[in-house]
Amino acid sequence: MVGYLVRRLFLAVFVLWGVATVVFLIVRVVPADPALLIAGSDAPAEQLAQIRQDLGLDQSMLLQYGRFLGGAVTGDLGQSYSMKQPAVTLIGQVLPNTALLAVLACVVALLLAFPLGLIAALRANRAVDRVVTTGSLFTQALPNFWIGVVLLLVFSRTLKWLPSVGLDGPKSLILPTIVLALPFVSVLTRMIRNGLLEVMGESYIQTARAKGLSERIVIFRHAVRNAAIPVITIVGLQFGTLLGGAVVTESVFSFPGIGRLLVTSIQLRDYNVVQACVLVIAAVFVIINLVVDLMYGLLDPRVRLAK
Amino acid sequence: MTAAAPVLAVNATMRRARRARRGVKIRIIGPLVVIGLIIVGAIAIPIAYDFDPMHADLLARLTPPGSVMSDGSTALLGTDQIGSNLFAQIMAGARVSLLVGVATLAISGLVGVALGLLAGHFGGWIDATLMRIADIQLAFPSILLAILIASVLGQGVGNIIIVLSISNWVVFARVARSQVLSLKNREYVEAARTLGAGNWHLMIRTLLPGCMAPVIVVATTQFAQVILTEASLSFLGVGVPLGTPSLGSTIFNGTQYLSTAWWISTFPGVVLVILMLAFGILGDALRDKFDPTLRSA
Amino acid sequence: MTTTQTGPLDPSTSTSGTPLLSVQDLTVEFSTAAGVARALDGVSFEVSAGETLAILGESGCGKSTTAQAIMALLPKPAGAITSGKILYGGRDLAAEPVSKVREVCGTEIAMIFQDPLSSLNPVFRVGAQVAEPFRRRRGMGRRDAWARALDLLKRVGIPDAETRINDYPHQFSGGQRQRIMIAMALALDPKLLIADEPTTALDVTVQKQVMNLLADLQAETGMAMVLISHDLGVVAEVAKRAAIMYAGRIVETGPIRDMYDHPAHPYTSGLLESIPSQSSVGGRLKPIVGSPPNLLDLPSGCAFNPRCPFATDRCRDLAPTLRTPEGWSEGHQAACHLSEEMLAHV
Repeated sequence: MVGYLVRRLFLAVFVLWGVATVVFLIVRVVPADPALLIAGSDAPAEQLAQIRQDLGLDQSMLLQYGRFLGGAVTGDLGQSYSMKQPAVTLIGQVLPNTALLAVLACVVALLLAFPLGLIAALRANRAVDRVVTTGSLFTQALPNFWIGVVLLLVFSRTLKWLPSVGLDGPKSLILPTIVLALPFVSVLTRMIRNGLLEVMGESYIQTARAKGLSERIVIFRHAVRNAAIPVITIVGLQFGTLLGGAVVTESVFSFPGIGRLLVTSIQLRDYNVVQACVLVIAAVFVIINLVVDLMYGLLDPRVRLAK
Repeated sequence: MTAAAPVLAVNATMRRARRARRGVKIRIIGPLVVIGLIIVGAIAIPIAYDFDPMHADLLARLTPPGSVMSDGSTALLGTDQIGSNLFAQIMAGARVSLLVGVATLAISGLVGVALGLLAGHFGGWIDATLMRIADIQLAFPSILLAILIASVLGQGVGNIIIVLSISNWVVFARVARSQVLSLKNREYVEAARTLGAGNWHLMIRTLLPGCMAPVIVVATTQFAQVILTEASLSFLGVGVPLGTPSLGSTIFNGTQYLSTAWWISTFPGVVLVILMLAFGILGDALRDKFDPTLRSA
Repeated sequence: MTTTQTGPLDPSTSTSGTPLLSVQDLTVEFSTAAGVARALDGVSFEVSAGETLAILGESGCGKSTTAQAIMALLPKPAGAITSGKILYGGRDLAAEPVSKVREVCGTEIAMIFQDPLSSLNPVFRVGAQVAEPFRRRRGMGRRDAWARALDLLKRVGIPDAETRINDYPHQFSGGQRQRIMIAMALALDPKLLIADEPTTALDVTVQKQVMNLLADLQAETGMAMVLISHDLGVVAEVAKRAAIMYAGRIVETGPIRDMYDHPAHPYTSGLLESIPSQSSVGGRLKPIVGSPPNLLDLPSGCAFNPRCPFATDRCRDLAPTLRTPEGWSEGHQAACHLSEEMLAHV
């Protein structure tokens, strides 16, 4: 177990370094001249030079990279060009909101997906299963930004039940949570269904039945416990899609989260903030995956006690 | 258990099996028909309506679906904020989506499969490097990476294709690599090797055909992803440039008029859903037909 | 020696003549995408208290299906009992709903399976799994149940049981896992143990140990056993009677020594001849020609006729029923038109 932990930790650190490097390269290397992008192609030379100096672009690439990495580790992700504040401050203001949204979406998704997936698995290939599986496939085909707009139209503009923008009070959490949770629910439902079906076909389930245990115990104690293990891994992977979805969803609802900060920074050409946001979101994803891996190790004794 | 119930159960199972076999055919032909219709529409309809994204007809703006226009024709889905026929605009947007999809899949498919073949066949440091790069790339939520690259490249259809190709090569590489790894030790590959086939020949003639089935399945499901991502990027303003129609940007433009002209945001999404459903069902059915072991959520 | 009985049993009789388990004319069908396969076709046998019956045959002959049918473990909805009776303790298990049958599972009839690694739940400790019958079926508290589990583990010969009771299945060897399965099965003192290929997945040396364990436990508890196997040698010392199955039917049954010495069915003699033995060292192996039939497309007449070296036209026309060959004791039966000739040859 310790070996497993250490290996996953090393991999996570390596991936974090890789992510930071990729973000740096993309923002620094790809555009011909970030200063041009920010100020426009017909800005005066002194302004461009000033921008370059402000952003530290006049130093060598290696030096910039070093400063960037060093800053990333110590918590200094640069200064916002448009807001004149440290990027971390801006992020710190909005990250909790996104976290709240993400957690809510996860909880809602799990609460819905578990019973749906369970029923679909227990009545596999019958009407209920067909409905659930088709429903989840259909839900997954819905573009999240469009469904957000449609829900906004129906519940906010037309019915006037729920607020449409911003974050004031729990009511404004409802629509964004639903939009964020929808694709998650559909994937999770199918995962739980398939995982459970696979486990129910295993020999030890037959043994449990041969012991005369009630179907309830067989399913909820023997089967679910085994099916949960791969599902947890998938939840971690899907969390990344959730985070990506948050970016789009927050734009639709003008929800003050890190996704919206990212999009507005892009529009304002505030590349330090863009870079910082992407880095933070990716880092969160890597850390969540690490935690999920650890949980996997804890839950599966074959991994925990590997010789 | 009485004797009557089992006989019924027997018949029900056989019926289900027969239905399943017919089902796969329907699930392949149905979506293909729908996609074909949309392709035809995407090509023909903008031409039929003389669609010009730059042309503003402000007298005709924001008319609801089904209204009769000044020249006697009916705007099936209404008009948008600059007076363009929404139906034509949606089809023009679909055209862009399909083009971007095809181009992206071609590029990312070629690059991805090639890299996957190399990694799987040669193994060693090539494989290790490729997998590490893939790991790093997959540490980004996919749309996040696309947004990042698109934001620095700027708007543009060519840029979108580049961005989406970068996001998608990994899936193809992984599928190709895992197929190669599982086929590597099969007898027909061994046979080709003993007959003196060089690496090049082995990869292209022997291993590649074995990869085609899962690659096709993946390509179909990825098509839906690509269309969705392009629409999302355009919605956020980092996709198609101003003036190029896109399902995503049309939906975005409609958000300003949600209360007054709901149709602008609603209908493009319907077409998006239809496209994604079609490719999703097709991909599922192809996978069921070719290789049920690839089954995942 | 018990004779095959026809006609219903009187549940109130508890004389020593009444068998513990009586399977009568059992037919099980599986519905597949390609058609209906009859996995069991009119299978009848009995097991008396304390005796051991071996059910033998190649893969796919229906031996495991028989066990599954008795324990209501047939895969649903594909498999179903379409006719016949399974009489135990005055009840017909074939006619009862699954939940009722499960009540006797573990308490009266227990079963152990072929592959102990996949048959034990990988995420629960071995102690928990052996204690589970006590906790769930007898309502015992955790401490008492685990104490009984510890006793059982010692009884089946797990070394260092006090510490190892907390280990997980993957930490044991194959033979030990099978012992754990046996411990689990015997927890509630069942009257009948069905062992479905208990030694097939084990090394040859371990096979003997496990069979000996089963024999010892049977002597201790007086329980009856049904040993299912494809290996005629492994069951020879523990089983008194045997039934040979082919294509879902019993083709020969009787005292095991009688059958091995004087097989009355060509399939039985084919099986016996195919076993490598001391006397045939250096010679060629003699397998039975051909392969087991497709249950969806059985040959007409006797299912064995395509592979039978003695098949006649009558064999292809008429499927033989189980009968006692002329001149032999009632306990020995075979389903073959040519049993008398078979027995005369040896």
